[in-house]
Amino acid sequence: MTAAASPPEVLRAPLVVEFPFTRSLGPVQSAFLSGLRDRVVLGVTTSAGTVMVPPVEYDPVTAEELRELVEVAPTGTVTTWAWNGSPRPHQPLGTPFAWVLVRLDGADTAILHALDAPGPEAVTTGMRVRIRWAAERVGAITDIACFEPADDRTDPTDPTDPTGSADPAAAPVPHSGTFADPVTGIVAEARLDYTYSPGRAQTAYINALAERRTVGERCPSCHKVYVPPRGACPTCGVATTDQVEVGPAGTVTTFCIVNIKAKNLDIEVPYVYAHIALDGADLALHGRIGGIPYDQVRMGLRVEPVWTDGGRHPDHYRPTGEPDADYDAYKELI
Amino acid sequence: MPTTSRYARDVAVVAFAQSDHLRRTDELSEVEMVMPVLHEVLAATGLKAGEIGFTCSGSSDYLAGRAFSFTMTLDGVGAWPPISESHVEMDGAWALYEAWVKIQTGEADTALVYAYGKSSPGSVRDVLTRQLDPYYLAPLWPDSVALAALQARALIDAGQTDEAALAAVGARSRAAARHNPHAQLRGSVAQGDYQVAPLRTGDCPPVGDGAAAVILAAGDSARRLCERPAWITGIDHRIEAHGLGLRDLTDSPSTRLAAERAGFFDAPVDTAELHAPFSSQEVVLRKALGLGDEVTVNPSGGALAANPMMAAGLIRIGEAAARIHRGASDRAVAHATSGPCLQQNLVAVLEGDRA
Ligand SMILES: [Zn+2]
Repeated sequence: MTAAASPPEVLRAPLVVEFPFTRSLGPVQSAFLSGLRDRVVLGVTTSAGTVMVPPVEYDPVTAEELRELVEVAPTGTVTTWAWNGSPRPHQPLGTPFAWVLVRLDGADTAILHALDAPGPEAVTTGMRVRIRWAAERVGAITDIACFEPADDRTDPTDPTDPTGSADPAAAPVPHSGTFADPVTGIVAEARLDYTYSPGRAQTAYINALAERRTVGERCPSCHKVYVPPRGACPTCGVATTDQVEVGPAGTVTTFCIVNIKAKNLDIEVPYVYAHIALDGADLALHGRIGGIPYDQVRMGLRVEPVWTDGGRHPDHYRPTGEPDADYDAYKELI
Repeated sequence: MPTTSRYARDVAVVAFAQSDHLRRTDELSEVEMVMPVLHEVLAATGLKAGEIGFTCSGSSDYLAGRAFSFTMTLDGVGAWPPISESHVEMDGAWALYEAWVKIQTGEADTALVYAYGKSSPGSVRDVLTRQLDPYYLAPLWPDSVALAALQARALIDAGQTDEAALAAVGARSRAAARHNPHAQLRGSVAQGDYQVAPLRTGDCPPVGDGAAAVILAAGDSARRLCERPAWITGIDHRIEAHGLGLRDLTDSPSTRLAAERAGFFDAPVDTAELHAPFSSQEVVLRKALGLGDEVTVNPSGGALAANPMMAAGLIRIGEAAARIHRGASDRAVAHATSGPCLQQNLVAVLEGDRA
């Protein structure tokens, strides 16, 4: 017996997904983020008298609309924490830090942020901390650069602590929520890095394209040939494993005329975009038609791929000069 | 017949299958990973794809790095000619809930539910930050381990656990997984270094790729397709406020309420399959459900042994049902979670016919 040929290495390539969502702010979030820009921390009061920082626009218990803003202190108490020895990209500090939930003085709920501390031994639940403001503030949660230890007093709510409840900063103060030049939106930037691998079937397809061949796969059950193959027959729900070379020529089954120039696309309009059934394929793929005036493209036109130097797929398809295909020959593929 | 019937129709899990859960599956596209699992549940029931009344799946575009990624796996269910189909951008346990509702309406007698996730192409800790509040949390990129670690610290501070007890949860889970050929981590696993303290490697789930599928059937169809159907005698899911600082992280009132609505507290269970990706979360769930030592918790190894994103919750229901199918359990509870620190919770109670 001879050893079976080892399957070709699957392809992989970096895939970066970046999305800057533009989000508008409601009145409460706008006031809160405008406040951070101006070094003021606002919370919202519920009808039960709870002060929520960061503020929300609807009471999580009653669903009541919340609009009554109060100012709280930039100091507070750690309610729980976790030591992050290996900060990840984009996190608030590049050096080891503690994630903390902090109940600011005057607030009844806690805010999540980073605490700059020399090591885990310097962090405890109940420790006092204060906001370290970012040098440049734009109206975002990152206007708080992080928290830092503050040994002002042990517990502001402890009546036996003489500096506690007596501290005027501990009582929330009503605030109009009005700021000059209020922040009304944020841009939520995100970037995720992947290593994309297309799997067995599409790897075979892409590898064949590198040799300027088009390879589909046949369903073992219904015998249809899929191009490009995705590894499964959508009719039978079984794997397609039998590779079949198709084309290179094919037939235009249907088309449209594109009249609007896409951004960064170097193709003169109008042009024709078509479904092309390659010879031997049971599914049409997409392609641009060139080498013929746009208004002379028609269903049944016989075309062949045109490759450009270094191109990883056909640049476009042009007429072969053969007579048009009979409608009956491709009507099932439209 | 189920001992209690609180719904219009009796619906049971009649088949369950899962892939081997692996750190990477580069050679497989999603549909290539899902198809064997679909074929396995169909073969177990003898149903053909075209005979299924409703199909529902759970997966995530953020894991795939691609919009509408679930459409790619539809090829694997034989979606042509057109089928009745839906999708949730969540764990497949919620797809199962949707399918169960569809059967309750009488519009279907059988349903195929599947779920899958490939975490290997990206960094799942970073990817999951994108599901957080975009105003107050996501810009800080707090990863899933960090948020779980905050919850673990809160539990330790409250005296409800300690690091040794957490390590024991992981060790018990991986030891149980010795009998689970699909699990990613089996047997003895080093507790390891702190990932985000107080959580160590052994307190965290493995990152991996995997898929699962379940077939649901109503009444006589269920009896025809399965010798001992796992009747869903109760199912409910609940959610808590999204602000982490608003919640008591040492408790899970949403799990308790869902369990109450599902009739969980009406009678004892012998088995619990809990979706607790972090050892500390098992502590929270045991308390919410009031589970005692007489209940076998995560005999499959649970999410600490294999945690394919979007499938791990459905697998809990499948594992509980499979124990009923083979007579190892009479009344089991299955739990699924989604979001940070057990934000959303689904509870299903499954029962087998008594001899
Ligand atoms: Zn087929």
